[in-house]
Amino acid sequence: MNALSKDEFFYGHKACAGCGGSLAVRIALKALGERSIAVLPAGCMSAVGFNFPQLCFGNNAIISTFAGTASMLTGIRAGLKAKGIEDVQTVGFAGDGGTADIGLQALSGAIDRNDDILYICYDNEAYMNTGIQKSSLTPFGAKTTTTPAGKNIHGNMRPKKNMFEIAAAHGIPYAATASVGYINDFISKVKKASGIKGTKYIHVIAPCPTGWGISTDETVEIAKEAVDCGTWYLAEFENGEFRLNFRPKEFSDIGEYLKKQSRFRHLTDEDIKIIENSRNAKWEFIDNNFKK
Amino acid sequence: MARKFLSGNEAFAEGIRLARPEVISAYPITPQTIVVERLSEMVEDGSLNSEFIHVESEHSALSCAMGASAVGARAFTATSSQGLLYMAECLVYASGGRFPIVMMNANRSTALPWNIYGDQRDSLALLDSGWIQAYAENAQEALDLALMSYYIAENKNVSTPFMANLDGFVLTHTYEAVDVPEQDAADKFLPPFETENKLDLSKPKNMAFSAGPASNYIFKYKEHLGLLNAAAVINEAEEKFYKIFGRKYPGLIEKYLTDDAEYILITLGSISGLVKDVTDELREKGGKVGMIRIRYMRPFPNKEIAETVKNAKAAAVLEKDISFGNEGTVFTNVNSALKKSGVNIPVSDHIGGLGGQDISRADIENIFKNMKKGLSDVNFIGIGGDRP
Amino acid sequence: MRPYLREKAPAAFDEIPEFPSYEAGFLTTKNAGWRNFRPIIDTKKCKGCMQCYLYCPDGVISEKDGKAAVDYDFCKGCGICRKICKFNAIEMEAEI
Repeated sequence: MNALSKDEFFYGHKACAGCGGSLAVRIALKALGERSIAVLPAGCMSAVGFNFPQLCFGNNAIISTFAGTASMLTGIRAGLKAKGIEDVQTVGFAGDGGTADIGLQALSGAIDRNDDILYICYDNEAYMNTGIQKSSLTPFGAKTTTTPAGKNIHGNMRPKKNMFEIAAAHGIPYAATASVGYINDFISKVKKASGIKGTKYIHVIAPCPTGWGISTDETVEIAKEAVDCGTWYLAEFENGEFRLNFRPKEFSDIGEYLKKQSRFRHLTDEDIKIIENSRNAKWEFIDNNFKK
Repeated sequence: MARKFLSGNEAFAEGIRLARPEVISAYPITPQTIVVERLSEMVEDGSLNSEFIHVESEHSALSCAMGASAVGARAFTATSSQGLLYMAECLVYASGGRFPIVMMNANRSTALPWNIYGDQRDSLALLDSGWIQAYAENAQEALDLALMSYYIAENKNVSTPFMANLDGFVLTHTYEAVDVPEQDAADKFLPPFETENKLDLSKPKNMAFSAGPASNYIFKYKEHLGLLNAAAVINEAEEKFYKIFGRKYPGLIEKYLTDDAEYILITLGSISGLVKDVTDELREKGGKVGMIRIRYMRPFPNKEIAETVKNAKAAAVLEKDISFGNEGTVFTNVNSALKKSGVNIPVSDHIGGLGGQDISRADIENIFKNMKKGLSDVNFIGIGGDRP
Repeated sequence: MRPYLREKAPAAFDEIPEFPSYEAGFLTTKNAGWRNFRPIIDTKKCKGCMQCYLYCPDGVISEKDGKAAVDYDFCKGCGICRKICKFNAIEMEAEI
């Protein structure tokens, strides 16, 4: 907590009550401090933060095109460098769609160039701003407005794209996963990233009460539970190596985690078994490939 | 001043070097590539001190340029055809954000069918994107436009991005002798970029925000005024340019033998060189003919065109584009200009040069001949007259 | 420092900026009306651990005399603070 600025840089915004994305943005900016320039693409956080004349960022902030978070960050960084300004954090906050779908090309380009930027993906696992449509980070089985759950199809039938390992595969200087349920871990990763030169990528799970079908006070708990039941994990990639930050002694019940959320309520026992198996396979990979 | 033998692309790159952009982002596309190749060489050899960003697409090229502009850095990019269309979203974003970025567009046909040769459907399809649009005739003008573009775009009453168009291959790849100004003189002409429209560490801003129905129309109106204001600043830039470099430019349009002309051909871009030749020949035979070269499609020279053709018997437009299902875009704009000024003469439209189609002397002579018939229709050069 | 409410919002033609860029942290409306339940802090139970401040998505909780205090102008009443509090120092009270 002492690592955070007392200032509030994201205040008075119109995000839904209990929004995990706004918590991630608020905390990251408090970790980065006032000399940070934030880029937010068209999406939830820009829609709720920048409605002239209600402007909710206390620091310098700008909306980019939906696909252009990383490329605008690159331009800002290059412009600052040309002006001889170095002691500034340039940070992007894009959602799962803005990162793993439409913004992936620009993000890949920025990592490839090793531009000195911090890119934070606040992952609420669907296009929430437009009304809960499937993105490539929507998990298997989730009901969205474009993956309805019916007799024939039980919601989204594809697993979640692994953005953390995609970023790592570029040979990025630093990548990490986080959860707003483990906020101190997220803060320390943002802090750590801010001290590293080159491209940094942090992928933070940020539940959306509206889209996940939980009550507004459950955001933090469910984000913690995602880690505790093993469908999400806290890890870092640095110097070409993966490192696991936290391994639950025993996974909490995955079915219980799923059934708390109305987006998963239609799942059959077989569906849950598929999710459990894929979790186990992932953890086998982690145990074999990630340092402890 | 040095005299060099340069292609249009190279001349433009020299002009950009003299303008000292702080950030260059570009993605290669034929026939624009030479510009960014030359600029990267200049960065390498130290003759240009600029951040050169190898973006992975045109969309990112312009998005990156906007980021640079948003912290008050002078930014440049270049593209063509499909690339221009791919970055279309960023075009309206840059103009709405009032970022005075300069972009060179090598005019090229748009797919399908694929074609790399010059026509102007790419830029004219984006005429409404809120950018200043200039069209160069030759390599010297290309260089001079590059230098003047920042002066115009960055004026605080304008603050509008600038698209400088060079006809693909015909201009981008044709070599001419070009006067290249010295850096000292260029610096005397072009002041450093200053703007209030930027992220500022001492006075933080929220930028590129949403504005609902209560204020959106006011922002849009102010954007429109910015583009209209460019007309006066273009004249101011050209006067200052003449004082420093001794080359005179005529503003939004160039008039060629129009004073007593009864028949006036209106065109734009590099084809005007050939039109001038044909006009000279017809003049020798006693024909009272003249030409208008539109140098700026935005802001559009409504009054200048109407004033120039008002005493003519007829006019025609020769353009390398077609708004499918209607007529050429330049024709639409010219007719609107004449209507608003009460000029009621027959005007015909001649679509030529699509996908690099050759426009011959005979084609241009034919346009002048047909003007005398007083027709106001849309004609495709090379397509038989009996076709609908 | 934090964004704060201004007395007047720019609305007239001349008050609207030339460009879509404006002073950071310029607030013109509150969020209080969104709330169905209001968090009430029992200052006797509150130990000032400030976990509620840490996890508040709206940043409306601050420390006042060693205890948590809520800015009701911008609290949306999500209740995360109540769930986070280990000392049961926060109750949610229905707004009338």
